[in-house]
Amino acid sequence: MTGPSTGGRPARTGRGLLARARSVGWLAALPLLVFYAVVFGGPAVMIVIGAFTVDGRPSLDNMERSLQGGYLIALLGSVRLSAVVAVAGAVLGTFLAQAVVTSRSRWLRESVLTASGVLANFGGVPLAFLWIATLGNAGVVTTTFGLDRFGWSLYNFWGLALVYLYFSVPLMVLVMTPALDGLRPQWREAALNCGATPWQFWRHVGIPVLAPSLLGGVVLLFGGAFAAYATAAAMVGATVPLVTLMIGDALSGQVLVGHQNVALALSLDMILVAGLVMAVYLPLQRRSARWLR
Amino acid sequence: MATLTPAPAVLSDTAPAKHPGGLGRPRTVRVWRGVVLLIAALYFLVPMATAFVFTVNVPNVGFTLDAYTRIFTVEGFVSSLSLSLGLAAATIVLVLLLLLPAMLAVRLAAPRLKPVLEVLCTLPMVVPPISFTAGISSLLPWAQDVLAPTPFYQTIITIQDQRFPLILVLAYVVLALPFAYRSLDSALTAIDVRTLVEAARNCGASWPRVMLSVIVPNIRSGLAGASFLTLALVLGEYTVARLLGYVPFPVWIVMISGSQAQVSVAVSVFSLLLTWALLLAVSSAGVRKGSAS
Repeated sequence: MTGPSTGGRPARTGRGLLARARSVGWLAALPLLVFYAVVFGGPAVMIVIGAFTVDGRPSLDNMERSLQGGYLIALLGSVRLSAVVAVAGAVLGTFLAQAVVTSRSRWLRESVLTASGVLANFGGVPLAFLWIATLGNAGVVTTTFGLDRFGWSLYNFWGLALVYLYFSVPLMVLVMTPALDGLRPQWREAALNCGATPWQFWRHVGIPVLAPSLLGGVVLLFGGAFAAYATAAAMVGATVPLVTLMIGDALSGQVLVGHQNVALALSLDMILVAGLVMAVYLPLQRRSARWLR
Repeated sequence: MATLTPAPAVLSDTAPAKHPGGLGRPRTVRVWRGVVLLIAALYFLVPMATAFVFTVNVPNVGFTLDAYTRIFTVEGFVSSLSLSLGLAAATIVLVLLLLLPAMLAVRLAAPRLKPVLEVLCTLPMVVPPISFTAGISSLLPWAQDVLAPTPFYQTIITIQDQRFPLILVLAYVVLALPFAYRSLDSALTAIDVRTLVEAARNCGASWPRVMLSVIVPNIRSGLAGASFLTLALVLGEYTVARLLGYVPFPVWIVMISGSQAQVSVAVSVFSLLLTWALLLAVSSAGVRKGSAS
């Protein structure tokens, strides 16, 4: 959350000292802007051009194809997985944050928040191997309890959701802890003294105040799970249809002739989904800042 | 019902002793909290513990630290790790060199560019890394064709050099922009850049001297935070490197996992500890990580 950064500007003393700097000063931003245009703008333009081009001619075929058959299944699979992870992670993370916030133990609070900071940034390949060693086919828990006899497998949709929660729940804890801290005890007391039941307190006071943070958290979790590739690639290969795995396969050359640009169309689909979700998030973040001081 | 809590005080239901009338409720809360914390502890600690057991407890052999000593002898360890560290160093230098002048410029000379910079530095979060990679991998062959007759041809070949792929550095700078921006932004907001610069310039300091002797020491924590977060990002990055066909550390872990399961899990445990150390370093550098990272 970036606070207001243009505070009261002190009166300028340098007698036009910065006036000269002002006229050429923006040039210091030029290298970044040029770099950005080439390294970020270049690929972005290529995605859009490629997504709407077939054999050098403009066409909607790629976009159409990216929303059909296996590609559509993969895209929906990704959305479904991200939605499951986002909602489950938001609920579990909020409960955990509430348990920490209401605890009197400083030690507990500090250690949970530090661990959350680490685990929210822990992902990718090592995360996959941590879980494969635990609940994979030869994993310690799997073999100790003979889970394979019950048909247990980590390498499916729900296994992936379980693993994704490992970085999603801590992220939610980081989002919700300041929000729950901002929920004044006086509000609850006022409500209870007016005869409200705890349920009514949450329904009419707690949840509405927390709603922007909750929704913002859901959005962040969705985005994180939606974009994740390394964990899924190292864990399930291609057994769970996900759009990131499809793009990965296409880029590694495992694709039908004439479908190369479908990878770009799928990438554009992903950016559109992620962009829509982010468009929800940014205004929410501003709103939640109002109550939480 | 509930007693009134004076303004800055602990949450009411954390102090059951103060609630003679709240029969049962505090206890339910405590039981509920215990259950939540227990489940969370199991979910987060068991994989770490079992992953460690997996690496030291080899079937038919028993306890051995072999997997950890073997890490160093497996082919490719040194080259992939040194590649990752080199990429990280180059990325940190480049991201700071591009970002810091630009951020100072929008504060001192071109305040109207500030929102633009903020949006530009947030956008890479909306584009999933895999989509970005798809864009790069279609941009490179195109650029190679276009630049073939020009003197820049050698440049485009050089940045794809297998020994030190600069293209990865460029891509990682883009991926690191949101984190680095937020870290530097909070550090620069905390100091009065304008006054400091004016004072130094009035005393006759040159611009390089202003940067090195005035600005940099004052935002040391922000620089450290940006550097550590970038380091963590590059050391764990798999998607871009794998799909563009390079073998830094995370890609190497996956490559050896087929033949050296124990070693790959051992490296994963090691990298979790490394993430832990890096992020503790960030927080001790005095940087408060944003909730949204």
